[in-house]
Amino acid sequence: MPVFNLNINNKVYKITAEADMPLVWAIRDLANLKGTKFGCGMAQCGACTVHLDGQPIRSCQMPLSAISKKAKITTIEGIAEPTLHAVQKAWIEEQVPQCGYCQSGQIMSAVALLKTNKNPNDEEILAAMEGNLCRCGTYQRINQAIKNASKML
Amino acid sequence: MKNNRREFIKNLGLTGIGLSIGIDGFSKNVALKKLTPATLALEINPFIIIENTGKITLVNSRPDMGQGSTQAVPSLLAEELEVSLDQVSIIQSDGRSKYGSQQSGGSSSVRGLWMPLRQAGAAAKEMLIKAAAEKWGVNAADCYAEAGKIFLKGSQKSVTYGEVADLASTYQVPKNPKLKDPKDFKIIGKYNKRLDVPDRVSGKAIYGIDAEIPGMVFAKVVHSPRIHDTIASIDDAAARKVVGVLDVIKIERAMPHTKVDAVAVIAQNQWAALKGAKALNVNWKSENGKYLNQNTSEYFEAAYAAAKKPGIRAEEKGDFDAHFESASTKLEAVYETPFLAHAAIESENATVHVKDDGTVEVWAPIQGPDGALSQVAQYLGVPEEKVKINVTLLGGSFGRKAYMDFLNEACDISRKIKKPVKVLWTKEDDISQGPYRPAMLSRMQGVLENGQAKAFHHQAIGESIAGQVFNGLRPNTADDWLSGELSQENHQYNFEVNKVSYSRVKTSIPVVWWRSVYASNFGWGQECFIDEMAHEAKKDPLEFRLELLKNASRFTKVLNLLAEKSDYKTPLPAGKAKGIAVFRSFDSISAACVFVSKTDSGIKIDKVVSVIDCGMFVNPDNVKAQTEGNIIMGIQAATKGGITFENNQCVQSNYHDYQVLRNSETPKMEIHIVENYERPGGVGEPGLPPIAPALGNAIFNLTGKRERKLPLGV
Repeated sequence: MPVFNLNINNKVYKITAEADMPLVWAIRDLANLKGTKFGCGMAQCGACTVHLDGQPIRSCQMPLSAISKKAKITTIEGIAEPTLHAVQKAWIEEQVPQCGYCQSGQIMSAVALLKTNKNPNDEEILAAMEGNLCRCGTYQRINQAIKNASKML
Repeated sequence: MKNNRREFIKNLGLTGIGLSIGIDGFSKNVALKKLTPATLALEINPFIIIENTGKITLVNSRPDMGQGSTQAVPSLLAEELEVSLDQVSIIQSDGRSKYGSQQSGGSSSVRGLWMPLRQAGAAAKEMLIKAAAEKWGVNAADCYAEAGKIFLKGSQKSVTYGEVADLASTYQVPKNPKLKDPKDFKIIGKYNKRLDVPDRVSGKAIYGIDAEIPGMVFAKVVHSPRIHDTIASIDDAAARKVVGVLDVIKIERAMPHTKVDAVAVIAQNQWAALKGAKALNVNWKSENGKYLNQNTSEYFEAAYAAAKKPGIRAEEKGDFDAHFESASTKLEAVYETPFLAHAAIESENATVHVKDDGTVEVWAPIQGPDGALSQVAQYLGVPEEKVKINVTLLGGSFGRKAYMDFLNEACDISRKIKKPVKVLWTKEDDISQGPYRPAMLSRMQGVLENGQAKAFHHQAIGESIAGQVFNGLRPNTADDWLSGELSQENHQYNFEVNKVSYSRVKTSIPVVWWRSVYASNFGWGQECFIDEMAHEAKKDPLEFRLELLKNASRFTKVLNLLAEKSDYKTPLPAGKAKGIAVFRSFDSISAACVFVSKTDSGIKIDKVVSVIDCGMFVNPDNVKAQTEGNIIMGIQAATKGGITFENNQCVQSNYHDYQVLRNSETPKMEIHIVENYERPGGVGEPGLPPIAPALGNAIFNLTGKRERKLPLGV
């Protein structure tokens, strides 16, 4: 079976898996980082969002074979600076999560947005967050938390 | 899930009025007992554990699916015990009967546990105060409790609860402890951040899907596309060649009312199980005799036929039919709501280990550990003492995870392969297998006399949840889950003549409770039809309601607050409109005003103002959060396509064709809470039922066209 050396959160994990295994399962079941969630399995919900070299991707659609050797993967466990990222602090302040299952993905999308756009307007927030579903309906708080976080950064 | 109040009280053992705690162990003479010698933990009652070290543990008996029970339930204990939640550890109950009913459902947690848990906290506090007084040789009346310590008034003396827990353990538990005046509450009714939120934003919170047991294997269950088919043959040659696949076995999907065939692909990791399932070829044998109205077109045809005939009378004041026949001004309309899937982002899953020694351990995101305990014991034929239930957090549920067919699947697989196994449904299983909120019709009839509302009839038509799930509805009986919600006692509209009836339309499409249960169906018919009557009477829909509700002060307060906060009386410019609705469910009243506007691409929802009177509540911010969630889910239910069945199988399969609301579709939301000292009502569901009808009424006001069938084209 192929072996992949995945750099996840600046740590190299030696992953032995089939080349077509989507990254989400390598992260969850083989690297044992459970913060990244599996949702729809077809890039509809965004629960599995992680960063690949800083870009938000749906890890359920990314086979291990498509990840370059130098790629840096960041998951929800890897964004803290050092304890909590500004986005996470804003999420707590706004009391965003209800069940919280989608929030790792929401936060990863928000962190990626604020990296490239320090002060996004409403349309830019919606465009960046449209791929992340929340069945509990926390969207209004998510958008407010992103605005608050942008002021903290 | 609907939770019958009488049944609830019986489960808690609260039948004796004087002995109002009634939870096992609490009524014993000496209720304190050592838990483990190692920690010297003392259990004051099943919900409060105080260790000699000072560590205090409170038990949350209601699983948290996002509704906030992790905070709300222990707050009831902490308020009376005089501790703050950041001083204590909170653990989830395990289903044992000493915790009473542990089902999260029917918006019942706070309203059901309001008195028992406050009394449990107050009794423990009295015992600790008595122990401190004895230790100091003073009167208990001269001591008071605050922040986990007992103080002697007018002195610097204090002891921690841990220091006097041993002595307190020798006392009888007071049967009628003094409860705090709600005006003195420090936690209940106050804004407090939920302490479980940091884990939920850092990936540390543990959901069912995250369970990890040594030696565990993974299973993907392949279900019958037509739900009820049997297996003619299994070709598993390709599946077994998938690297990581360990086995392919025939299993059963045991639903509450029926068992059907299924196949499990067992693998070393989840991906291999999914891949193996794709490579599997199951030859399903049609079971034509088992499909009953299993196409939505057949079901609705039967339902519309039933709407032309009288139903079974549930309640009647006056003679409705006589009034209707002789009336000069009468209205009649039929309203339709579709089947809906719950579609939580975390699909159904369970991890089960049926062990060699005859014990069973479960890790699962389920709404009721007590129900899971008895279900697993019965299903596997083992005594309940040998079953251990570990409830994880739920990644959403909305009623679905109180229907534990997926848990039985994990039990069946583990007993067959003799290993711990995690069963994870895919989103396709979740959407296409059910159970669903039943589709229903409301046949509405109304009579006006001299411009005044006179008579009202709501005929509910469709499948009975209790009837299908529990086989619990006798023939020619009205389902009281729904007739209760439609009763005049519930809606409070003061019609001189009022009738509720029910026509059951059976289907083999699996059905179950869905957030706010039947209220989510029937709010649509009731509240749109009230608007129709108002327009016929040439009255403003708000004024029309206020007249009919003039003796129902909590309703009128809710509506007047809604009118104020939505600036109802100010006319809107052309191309904009608003609509209102009010509905009581789970002992709470909620009203909504939905604002819509015409755009080039159609109708847009601009804003929703919602008012809720849920009596006393624990955390106002959580009431708002739940109501926001109800607005979002209510709009989805009103505007997105429902579940349909063709060729006896579900047409939809994932979020691309069963759509839930996305971020950009979120309207501006304003939530207002009526503050009072009324008995607590539900919070997790009551905000949903008024949303669809308020939207339908707004669209009528915008377009002049009366929509009676969901989903609406928005």
